[in-house]
Amino acid sequence: MNEMLISLALILVKLGLIFGVVLTMAAYLVLAERKILGRMQLRYGPNRIGPGGMIEPMCDVIKLITKEDFIPDRADKWVFLFAPGLTALTALLSFAVVPFAPPLTLFGREIPMVVCDLNIGLLYIFGLSSLAVYGVVLGGWASNSKYSLLGAMRGLAQLLSYELALGLALVPVVMSAKSFSLTEIVMAQSTWPNILQHPLAFIIFMISVTAESKRTPFDMPEAENEIVAGFHTEYSGMRLGLFFVGEYSNLIVIGAMTTVFFLGGWHGPFLPPVVWFIMKVLFVAFIFIWMRGSMPRPRYDQLMHFGWKVLIPLALLNVVVSGAIRIALN
Amino acid sequence: MTTVLFYILGFIMLTATLLCITRRNPVHAVIYLVAGFFALALMFYLLGAPLAAAWQIIVYAGAIMVLFLFIIMMLGLAPQETPEGPGWRRWGPLVLLSASLMVCTVLLIMQDPAAGKEIGDFYLAPQAVGESLFGRYVLAVEMVSFQLLFATIGAYLLGRPLSKGEGQ
Repeated sequence: MNEMLISLALILVKLGLIFGVVLTMAAYLVLAERKILGRMQLRYGPNRIGPGGMIEPMCDVIKLITKEDFIPDRADKWVFLFAPGLTALTALLSFAVVPFAPPLTLFGREIPMVVCDLNIGLLYIFGLSSLAVYGVVLGGWASNSKYSLLGAMRGLAQLLSYELALGLALVPVVMSAKSFSLTEIVMAQSTWPNILQHPLAFIIFMISVTAESKRTPFDMPEAENEIVAGFHTEYSGMRLGLFFVGEYSNLIVIGAMTTVFFLGGWHGPFLPPVVWFIMKVLFVAFIFIWMRGSMPRPRYDQLMHFGWKVLIPLALLNVVVSGAIRIALN
Repeated sequence: MTTVLFYILGFIMLTATLLCITRRNPVHAVIYLVAGFFALALMFYLLGAPLAAAWQIIVYAGAIMVLFLFIIMMLGLAPQETPEGPGWRRWGPLVLLSASLMVCTVLLIMQDPAAGKEIGDFYLAPQAVGESLFGRYVLAVEMVSFQLLFATIGAYLLGRPLSKGEGQ
């Protein structure tokens, strides 16, 4: 009984910590993105509230909560109301399997630094990222606006196409770790991170994960100069905010995924493992913000052609080649 | 504990499926069906097959139902307008056929000697699935993948742009 209570308490503490850290990080990523983009465009970015604009995210949240929560007249009310939550939920749930440090020994008991080390962890994350499309599609459809519907359909086709390349890019990683468990994938990279072993897989992964997260240069579902704001055109107040919570938590998920699958997870010299992990995650997030500041958006058909005719064949070839090398070396 | 979970999941699955086939709005039907798939995936997990659970979510909920949604959106139905359903005359025979099928299934299950026995502890690791798929059943896997290849080529043939003088 006592044992069960302790493990329950441990899980709750870990959940609270992860939620607190991720949501705070998501809020400050918005600020970081605005400031970095500002610097890239030779302006200051937000700097009015608090020292260097540090209280800006809280003000944004207060603004979003106090705004009117508008529901269009002919919208499908219930679907319209729960779609933004779905987006945020799928992003936040992914953290359950992300290991952020090696197991810690405290008072004679070993505490794994992950909420749940599933032996199908990679597939779990993959499943959640394939469910993320529902938030976009249902939100866009329920708004009953042609721009929202166009954005939703674009998002659907894009996410579905790039999921294949994403999955195939991860096959070599699973091959070298011989496991779907994220902890074991990190353990397998104790000498060399996967980015050196599978550079092509890393490039394919980064491109398809950008398309999966609907971020610039692949933000066609919300391309503001063609379809207003795409699937979230009709949303306002905190429901719009939830879409952004989803987007920025997803950015951290992507950072964590890249770190775990390719950058060696918590491994690194001198500094404690958690610090290495967070630094790597933030570095990947920075690359995504950098891309947003420097890349133009391709045309929609170019995106689909690139996905199906270049990325997927390349990923398949990569699976075959790295499998062959693996067999030849044994 | 397992039995309780089994019945809860079974109840969710049946309710969701029933709601799915009675909704007039196709998008609502899809949402209920996806909820049913989730219950089914958890059921697989409960039975000791986590890989099957993951496939259920990734393939069925994450890909096939999304394609369904795509088709529904192509139809261009606004959320407020729902199509008229067929009357009793149209779906009466179908209900009758399904009901008789169900009676047959129940009778068969009752006759099955393995029915009502405990499955016992069973856990299927992902590695074991991979080994048997690409070891013992490799021929079947290859045949299925060839079929998929044929289907892809067929889809390409149907969808390719028409050359001049064709299709007139």
